[in-house]
Amino acid sequence: MKILVGAKRVLDYNVKARVKADKSGIELANVKMSMNPFDEIAVEEALRLKEAGHAEEVIVLSIGPAQSQETIRTGLAMGADRGILIETDELLEPLAIVKLFKHIVEKESPGMVVLGKQAIDDDCNQTAQMLSALTGMSQATFASKVEVDGDHLNVTREVDAGLETIRVKSPAVISTDLRLNEPRYAKLPNIMKAKKKPLEVIPVADTGVDVSSGLSVVEVNEPPTREAGVIVSSVAELVEKLRDEAKVI
Amino acid sequence: MTYTAPVKDIAFVLNNVIGLDAIAKLPGFEDATPDLVDAILDESARFTGEVLAPLNVIGDQQGSTWTENGVKTPEGWSDAYNQFIEAGWGALAFPTEFGGQGLPMCVSAAVQEMWHSANMSFGLCPLLTQGAVDALVHHASEEMQSKYLPKMVEGTWSGTMNLTEPQAGTDLAAIRTTAEPSGDHFLIKGQKIYITYGDHDMTENIIHLVLARLPDAPEGVKGISLFVVPKFMVNDDGSVGEQNDVKCVSIEHKLGINASPTCVMQYGDKGGAVGYLVGKEHHGLMYMFTMMNQARHAVGVEGYGISERAYQQALSYAKDRKQGKTMLGTSEDDQGIVNHPDVRRILMTMRSSIEAMRGLALECAAAFDVASSHPDKDVREKHQRRGELLTPLVKGWSTELGVELCSLGVQVHGGMGFIEETGAAQHLRDSRIAPIYEGTTAIQANDLIGRKTARDGGQGMSELLADMQATLNVLEGIDHVDLKAVSKRLSAAVKAAEEATKWLLRQNDATLPSATSVEYLMMQGRLAGGWMIARAALAAYGVKSDEGADHAYLDTKMALARYYSERMLPLVESGCTIVTESAESTISVAVDQL
Repeated sequence: MKILVGAKRVLDYNVKARVKADKSGIELANVKMSMNPFDEIAVEEALRLKEAGHAEEVIVLSIGPAQSQETIRTGLAMGADRGILIETDELLEPLAIVKLFKHIVEKESPGMVVLGKQAIDDDCNQTAQMLSALTGMSQATFASKVEVDGDHLNVTREVDAGLETIRVKSPAVISTDLRLNEPRYAKLPNIMKAKKKPLEVIPVADTGVDVSSGLSVVEVNEPPTREAGVIVSSVAELVEKLRDEAKVI
Repeated sequence: MTYTAPVKDIAFVLNNVIGLDAIAKLPGFEDATPDLVDAILDESARFTGEVLAPLNVIGDQQGSTWTENGVKTPEGWSDAYNQFIEAGWGALAFPTEFGGQGLPMCVSAAVQEMWHSANMSFGLCPLLTQGAVDALVHHASEEMQSKYLPKMVEGTWSGTMNLTEPQAGTDLAAIRTTAEPSGDHFLIKGQKIYITYGDHDMTENIIHLVLARLPDAPEGVKGISLFVVPKFMVNDDGSVGEQNDVKCVSIEHKLGINASPTCVMQYGDKGGAVGYLVGKEHHGLMYMFTMMNQARHAVGVEGYGISERAYQQALSYAKDRKQGKTMLGTSEDDQGIVNHPDVRRILMTMRSSIEAMRGLALECAAAFDVASSHPDKDVREKHQRRGELLTPLVKGWSTELGVELCSLGVQVHGGMGFIEETGAAQHLRDSRIAPIYEGTTAIQANDLIGRKTARDGGQGMSELLADMQATLNVLEGIDHVDLKAVSKRLSAAVKAAEEATKWLLRQNDATLPSATSVEYLMMQGRLAGGWMIARAALAAYGVKSDEGADHAYLDTKMALARYYSERMLPLVESGCTIVTESAESTISVAVDQL
């Protein structure tokens, strides 16, 4: 079985995001970029499944600018076998991303697609669900545990009420939650080998997929700065403020 | 306090100042392309920041402890070491034939800076193994190499260097440890002190490299041989056997690097530790010296590595701490002490000095890389000369300055800096060993004025000063306010260095130069660092017009160079005065009047 993993290049989680002066988006020039942390968990899970004998090949797919090759190399350094970049300088919305994933799924026929539950830049949390809908693959989102059982998967999900274990038929799309695993550090020899692993670059135009957008960004703004708090003199005053000012009770 | 490796600054020196792309074209270094090196630096930053740095304080507080059954390292140490070797970090620069990655020394030094910033006590273990591996790679028989090197390169076994004895520190001629021939091996007896990681619980074996005398050995340094003494005997199949007659009898209680066990090693209490001769008899000291340049370079890297950690901590505190209305703050919310001009002076001194030291250490490493791999013999020799000339500067100057900067780091914290809980004091305590071990600053200064300057009649030094002049010629043609200031001060400093060197070469007797040699070392270090930071500023100026260039970052490089030139380079001129004028008074007072 092949496992296809998604890896998005995002603003590094340690970098404080700043809005561009023209409010068209987040400033990405000359800031550190890395693999979306949930995608690292996805790569790690795919590698563990491969190491446990459930898969023969792990393919890392990224969709983005030429620099996303570095993100793919990070996955290859962790141990993935090969990479595919669908190259585009446009910021694509989730539906377009999903159509491109579908294009690769049809080409590669993976037995499993593992995706981060969301990217830390736009927090969309849509790709896995829509990919399942478009391809007809089973879906198991917010996974905190994945067990292979023949041609089925037992997936434990983190839901509001606690943990829910579902059984889905392969092929399946899985989205990873934070506690699924702890991604490994890349080993130095693997970082060196990653450079020589195959990485196919496909210009987005060559896929024939319609990636046109129905959405446009009006404006991006910093969140409002938090106002200073007040010290209340009594419980009665607290209750009053919660009711009349905060309107939460 | 966390540590975030300054990957961008390190990569800037490698890619834009010392020319990694040219080194990656040398035979054997083809893998070291800038994109691969970036990936290595990123992953090393992650590992050192997340795994090694959090153990730094624990290591200081718990320290390593001696027990009857061997030395115990602090909590978490062993696990971190396993992760370290599992990831292959120890093998970065070792030859591929023994399982290393064969990367250039400049990349290795860049990565090692992060070990020492994150956790200097931890970094010492692989540093010592590296010294032992170097010695065996250059001087051991093939049989000995195949027996020990693969495991040492892997890090499954660590290595130590056993030189010092109570009466034989700087003067190794006084070594008394003996080696009696006994069949295919020797029996080693004696005591060694100050043995870093002489015993610990992180590896399955420890390979000691020990200097000792054969029974018929001539007196002095020409009668010293080098032996391999494993802690556990190694069976023919490579497995670890019974314990050898070597034991750590105590560990020292020190000012700093508490987690790094500094051991007193007793050899041969039960009749003699089994040792194997490395190379030829009586050549031990020479063998040790071939790896000395590398080991000294590595300690120089510690000097600025620990300063970087102190800087990050001081900067973070200075932004956060509010005291009084500042002169540079622009609003109510902008009143951290970082906006007091004198705190800026301290932070700029730290930051610019670290960049100067890093530039110099990587330049020196790159010279050794060219010296080891360039196809042209003349180029190799020239770069070997350059690397050897810069080594005492990297070691002596960077470690002395490192202590000063860590002290400044404490100063930024005010009273809090003096409190151990703050963590700034640990860096100062840890940094203090670096100007002492692997040859004190005075030893570096003697090496610089004697072996590296006087011996070749100042040829290597004049080549270096000529290269600085070439940089000046480029600088002088550029109309930029920061670069003009750099050019002015660098030019004056080069002249001062020429004058001091001339004075040095005029002396017929070594007594007077020895009295001011440390000042000569410091002035040459400051100047060489100034040259490197000037080259960084030139590189920044050069790429500023590139599409998408990070202007704020590049402007900072130029501003740092200017600050360094205006604040540190005048000390080269005063250094020249001190070197040439203060020698006689230094030694004029009789000992009984001191």
